Amino acid sequence: MSNAKDDDAVAGPVPVAPVDAGPVLAADGTPLKRSLSRALRRQKGRALLLIAPLLIFVLVTFIIPIGSMLFRSVENDIVANTLPYTVQELASWDAETGEIPSEDVFKAMYDDLFLSAEAKRHTRLGSRLNYEQTGMSSLFRQSGRGIDDLAGDAEDALEDAVPAFGDGETWYALMNAGAGEGNTSLLSNVRGRIGRLNDGLASADMDFVPSAEIAAVLPRTARTYTEWAVYTVTEDERVPADNDPWELVSLALVEELKTADLSGLSGDQAALLRQAQAVEFDIPPYSETFAEIDDEWVTIIPWETIQTHSSKYTAGYFLNAIDAQKTPDGYEWQPEEKQILLTLFGRTLFMSLMITGSCILLGYPVAWLLANLPASKANLLMILVLLPFWTSLLVRTSAWKVMLQSQGVINDVLVWIGLVDDANRFVMINNQFGTIVAMTHILLPFMILPMYSVMQTVPPTYLRAAKSLGATNWTAFWRVYFPQSVPGIGAGSILVFILSIGYYITPEIVGGTTGVFISNRIAYHISSSLNWGLAAALGSILLVVVLVLYWCYDRIVGIDNVKLG
Amino acid sequence: MKLMKTLLASSALTAAASVGVAQDMSNEMTIVSWGGAYQNSQLKAYVEPYVEMHPEVTVVWDESSNEAVAKLRAMNEADNITWDLVDVVAADAIRLCDEGLAMEYDPDELLLEGDDGTAASEDFGDLIVSDCFIPQIVYSTTFGYRTDMVPEGVDAPDEICDVFDLETYPGKRSLEKRPINNMEWALLCDGVAKDEVYDVLATAEGQDQALAKLDTIKDSVVWWSAGADTPQLLADGEIFMGSTYNGRLYSVIEEQNQPVGMMWDAQVFDLDGWIIPTGLEDAEQARVEHFLAFATDTKRLADQANYIAYGPARLSSAPLVPENMKQHMPTDPENAKNTFVYNYLFWADYRDDIDARFQSWLAQ
Repeated sequence: MSNAKDDDAVAGPVPVAPVDAGPVLAADGTPLKRSLSRALRRQKGRALLLIAPLLIFVLVTFIIPIGSMLFRSVENDIVANTLPYTVQELASWDAETGEIPSEDVFKAMYDDLFLSAEAKRHTRLGSRLNYEQTGMSSLFRQSGRGIDDLAGDAEDALEDAVPAFGDGETWYALMNAGAGEGNTSLLSNVRGRIGRLNDGLASADMDFVPSAEIAAVLPRTARTYTEWAVYTVTEDERVPADNDPWELVSLALVEELKTADLSGLSGDQAALLRQAQAVEFDIPPYSETFAEIDDEWVTIIPWETIQTHSSKYTAGYFLNAIDAQKTPDGYEWQPEEKQILLTLFGRTLFMSLMITGSCILLGYPVAWLLANLPASKANLLMILVLLPFWTSLLVRTSAWKVMLQSQGVINDVLVWIGLVDDANRFVMINNQFGTIVAMTHILLPFMILPMYSVMQTVPPTYLRAAKSLGATNWTAFWRVYFPQSVPGIGAGSILVFILSIGYYITPEIVGGTTGVFISNRIAYHISSSLNWGLAAALGSILLVVVLVLYWCYDRIVGIDNVKLG
Repeated sequence: MKLMKTLLASSALTAAASVGVAQDMSNEMTIVSWGGAYQNSQLKAYVEPYVEMHPEVTVVWDESSNEAVAKLRAMNEADNITWDLVDVVAADAIRLCDEGLAMEYDPDELLLEGDDGTAASEDFGDLIVSDCFIPQIVYSTTFGYRTDMVPEGVDAPDEICDVFDLETYPGKRSLEKRPINNMEWALLCDGVAKDEVYDVLATAEGQDQALAKLDTIKDSVVWWSAGADTPQLLADGEIFMGSTYNGRLYSVIEEQNQPVGMMWDAQVFDLDGWIIPTGLEDAEQARVEHFLAFATDTKRLADQANYIAYGPARLSSAPLVPENMKQHMPTDPENAKNTFVYNYLFWADYRDDIDARFQSWLAQ
């Protein structure tokens, strides 16, 4: 509807809407639908404003951090960001042939690795690829160390022949566009690249623009020099003209001058370059250089690994999380002796159910007592239930250690009264039993409190009425009381189950080897192996499992039946 | 020409600014360490003397070294480094260096010469296992055993392979819940020569072999994950023998007077030291470097040995270690008859791989 018509409607007397045409209008003449939705929107806006502080708080401190952590489970741009040219060149290589990649790939790798070694990013990439292929970490670390030997020799040869190249200003004058035409697209490409490499923006101001003339004749030299210049300005905060560029630039120059056609150039620069053309330096094939650093480079293994894992997003972490892996031949299960995570998921679920079950069994009578004893006694009991809450988790767990260990309190008592032979003490700790006992104790209040608050609302008269109608104690309880306490059991169970599925510290201390949870593995990958991608994938799976179980619970029991009080 | 001038002027300004800041040192320093007796030895040996000389400095301790790697990575991503100096084991230092989270340094520039005039890079020598790692102490992981649980008529255990000998030495053992060290010991006791251990361990068959050896005692093993576990288990009489850090055993034996004996055979040497996080403010970094030069000099490192049984990382400190402590040092010739050196590069590569196998083996 156009504005003009609105204005008419407001200005004129209340129009009599034709019966069969046009929308229903409100008192002020605007269409009813719109005025309604406007009113509603205002209301919603007000409501939103009221909850805004909480919403923003939850968003900033909870949703965003968790979201960004979980996002790591698929993020994989480190390969393409660190080795962009290699990845590009490798795209056309086919591992099936069994032959190592072409010289172009090695050359691209040389440039990429040189730059990433300068930026100290190659080791990080090595650790990333090591998750997929053992040995990549040391391969990259070693290569980063050996990579500048060849380029260093080239620089020495160049500077011996033309000493002017030992001076940063010569380079700068040669490569900078100055008054001539600049190649800005090369510059912005390089800025983008350095930015991605360092997870930041390489947008610092600089006066350098690579000369278009030089970039046309000596593309690799221009590119590597620009990379150096951008890196120097943004990372080291130094001025390109005052500094000698990387050895890599000399290498690129020496190599390109062997075949370059300098006829289009004139002036001092051309003279300098012609002088440099006379440098005698044989550049061995790059594959040989790499083979010298490590034989591994002339096998297809590293190349295959890089190619397989070069995409920006990866399913690799999720595959690892379910004991599978992505190989050049597709997806396959991990070798059996390395499968552990599915077992742990299964065990976590099983033990959480066991803990929830034993909490129900132990908690129900206590909650019933709490709800039915006279107030003074109930209060005392309540304090006993709450007491563990006020004790540190670590203390409670360690106390169980003292109780359960083979020289511990329980075993000592059993030996003392002669129930158990001294040589055959019970093994009650560092196994599933220990974890279940300790966690049941720790989580019990979470079961008792919701049960108690629901039971309190059950009128005692119902039981009496049932009995007066002839029900036995059991029937009265089972048919009348119990169904009314189910919402409390539901609430307690959800609480205990969800808490226990993510429990970490107690299984770590008393779980031994058979009583640990998936969360212990997540902690390992977060804090010691630093494989955050895998940790995020495991966490995501755990989250999804909990949500699915919650959904099932809703379908079967109905979430409306859960009461916390 | 105008461009040149601007560039020169701006670079001169930057240079002047950096010199100006370098003289200006921050007066607060957050040091991250392990807590307990070890942190106390650092406090007594160099933090207190340093603060006495420079009363304007306040030192804040953070006992987070065991999760330093993960925390530093998180701080780095949030671009908010709140730590100035972090004490980590060498393997973690290598990781931090790999990740670009620790600063590379030049030993001869940052650290002082030894008392005997040797350059720092030589005085520390091979112990500088990473470009970011400033070594502090040498410690070892070794075994302790309950002297009162040695079966009658049998000599006390004195060889690593006694750990695997359940017939002569029945009883529980405690081993660390990770493959490192355990795999090496298992191979050593399965007849693999010391210098071939890592070659063997690099193969799937070698890993099988090590796990098969560990299988023979698996039912008698309590697995520990905190350094305090084994001393506690020994004191409780829960285990007959167990591995842990030698300093922990020292305090069980000498300070708590428990009936525990040391077994130095095939002890695994490891290193602990400092790293400086990357991305510090200039003033903070200047302070840290100033402190480090003091804290890692010959005398200070030797002093530390007064408070804990770990060997100083400087060669020149060794003669200054007090006589009564020498016998407890892992590096003492009497104790170091048969030692094993932790291979950092091997474990950097194989850690995840072997750990997956080891954990899966444990869960079986």
